[in-house]
Amino acid sequence: MQVFIQQVINGLSVGSIYALIALGYTMVYGIVKLINFAHGDVLMVGAYVGFFATTNLGMSFLPALILSMVVCALLGVLIERIAYKPLRSHPRITALITAIGVSLFLEYGGMLVVGPQIQTYPSVFPDTIYNLGGVTFKIGDIAMISTAVILMVLLQFIVHYTKTGKAMRAVSFDYQAAMLMGINVNNTISATFAIGSALAAAAGVLIGVYYNSIDPLMGIIPGLKAFVAAVLGGIGIIPGAMVGGLFLGIVESFVSWAGYSTWRDAVAFAILIIVLIVKPAGLFGKNIREKV
Amino acid sequence: MQKLFSFKNGIILVAVLAFYAVIQFTISQDIMPPFVTLNLMLICVYVIMAVSLNLINGFTGQFSIGHAGFMSVGAFMSAIITAKLAPKIIPYIPLHDPKPVLLLLGLIFGALVAGIAGFLIGLPTLRLRGDYLAIATLGFGEIVRIVFLNSDYLGSAAGLTLPRIATWPWFFFVTVISVALIHNFVRSTHGRACISVRENEIAAEAMGVNTTRYKVLAFSIGAFFAGAAGALYANYMYIIQPSTFGFLKSFDILVMVVLGGMGSITGSVVGAVVMTSISALLADYPQWRLVITAILLVAMMLFRPKGLLGNKEFSLNFLGRKDGRNGDA
Repeated sequence: MQVFIQQVINGLSVGSIYALIALGYTMVYGIVKLINFAHGDVLMVGAYVGFFATTNLGMSFLPALILSMVVCALLGVLIERIAYKPLRSHPRITALITAIGVSLFLEYGGMLVVGPQIQTYPSVFPDTIYNLGGVTFKIGDIAMISTAVILMVLLQFIVHYTKTGKAMRAVSFDYQAAMLMGINVNNTISATFAIGSALAAAAGVLIGVYYNSIDPLMGIIPGLKAFVAAVLGGIGIIPGAMVGGLFLGIVESFVSWAGYSTWRDAVAFAILIIVLIVKPAGLFGKNIREKV
Repeated sequence: MQKLFSFKNGIILVAVLAFYAVIQFTISQDIMPPFVTLNLMLICVYVIMAVSLNLINGFTGQFSIGHAGFMSVGAFMSAIITAKLAPKIIPYIPLHDPKPVLLLLGLIFGALVAGIAGFLIGLPTLRLRGDYLAIATLGFGEIVRIVFLNSDYLGSAAGLTLPRIATWPWFFFVTVISVALIHNFVRSTHGRACISVRENEIAAEAMGVNTTRYKVLAFSIGAFFAGAAGALYANYMYIIQPSTFGFLKSFDILVMVVLGGMGSITGSVVGAVVMTSISALLADYPQWRLVITAILLVAMMLFRPKGLLGNKEFSLNFLGRKDGRNGDA
């Protein structure tokens, strides 16, 4: 039982990161129907900003987190304006290829700037291990889960109770109609990219803190897995991304616990393919009839 | 109906053979620097990869980004024949030099298994549209990598060592045959059906085209040739590792197809030659190679989303219409 709870806690820690990243994917997909492949790399940039803020500027965890979120929000808007906006009227595949290009650019451009070597993240939390009835956890675990939960609550608030959030929901519901109703679609899309990228940056800093190491290609695997999480929950649906992320985290932690840690990534992708085949709309999705 | 032995086909055949002979001569006389030879071989591999991916992405309008996965299957399956089972097979080959037979067996086995993998993966996933299919194929590529990574028989992460038995004639003629076969497939009834799926799936279905069948067909053929390319690659490179065929490789091939023009076989050939040459020229600056690839890809999409050649093909029609008239008569 203790082992079970331990795995659930490990899974929730990792899963909350996946959920944060998946939220960005899902929001962007919901609004512009684009799989933003560069999302995982925005996460990497966020992790590096957090790294430089803590090591070079001597900031503590929270200011570093906020700084990295702001920088990445700007980066997200910039990427959208330069690379995706001119392609909005093109076939969706064109934008998808562009997203792959942006992703490669961030990865290897990043490698040119910061070097390909792995950097050790400074430990911002004490390494003390707490033991609660046989279940062990660190301050870092709690900080991670609570940061993720706070950000998700904040996101829910923004989406449901602010004007921007209302505009985002309207645009994702019907782009054309939203435009006719006088919603500034361009600004709304930018806001979506900003929020999504800020969440990715937060996830990047948390990954750095949790695994203690960052490198320019660190965003690829979490990015892909978060995408799996987003699809699992139903892409475009915000609560779906959260549930999908946590579910994936827990599944992975049990797979590792069962001694198949080298198969962990394969399991995530197998889940993806099964979900896509059995229920492409995801757990929370509705089936949409195709109209001719 | 075009004649097989027309004037134009004759010219193409002569040009192809002349190109082959020149390269073969320079290689056999040791005039060709080894680095150039290596890149010529790589160009052949990537031409096959790009043209076969173009069949899936460009002509049939699907979007696969896991093409390196099939290359990986082809490479490792051929390695089973040419490296793992070779001592058992060689006694049965009644030839003085068993290598070509071994390579041929490996090539066929690799391509067939890749083709079957393509069929099995295509059957369920090709129901998906656009980006969902893209992600499913990406997932497939990653699964292949992880399966090989965990397979002790295939050397897990360290990979397999192979003899170098593929030579320039193999590379060249397998490439020529692959391109010719795919070119002819695209021009056939079945190829037209594939193009109709790309143009408008619903309309194609309404006209009686079995869209699923043609999507799976194109996907399997593409996978088959990717497997052949992987087999060639494996039998030249001395060593293959699962990590060589990650999704970065898939993206590389995608860039070639996009750069050349989706739906143009000539375009894919040009794309493969250009991109392989660029990476060969930038071999001393590996970190710049992918940055340049990325910028090319984004710039191409922003300014010329159709690719260099769009869906135009190279043809010898500029030689005058005489040939065409003869064909009609």
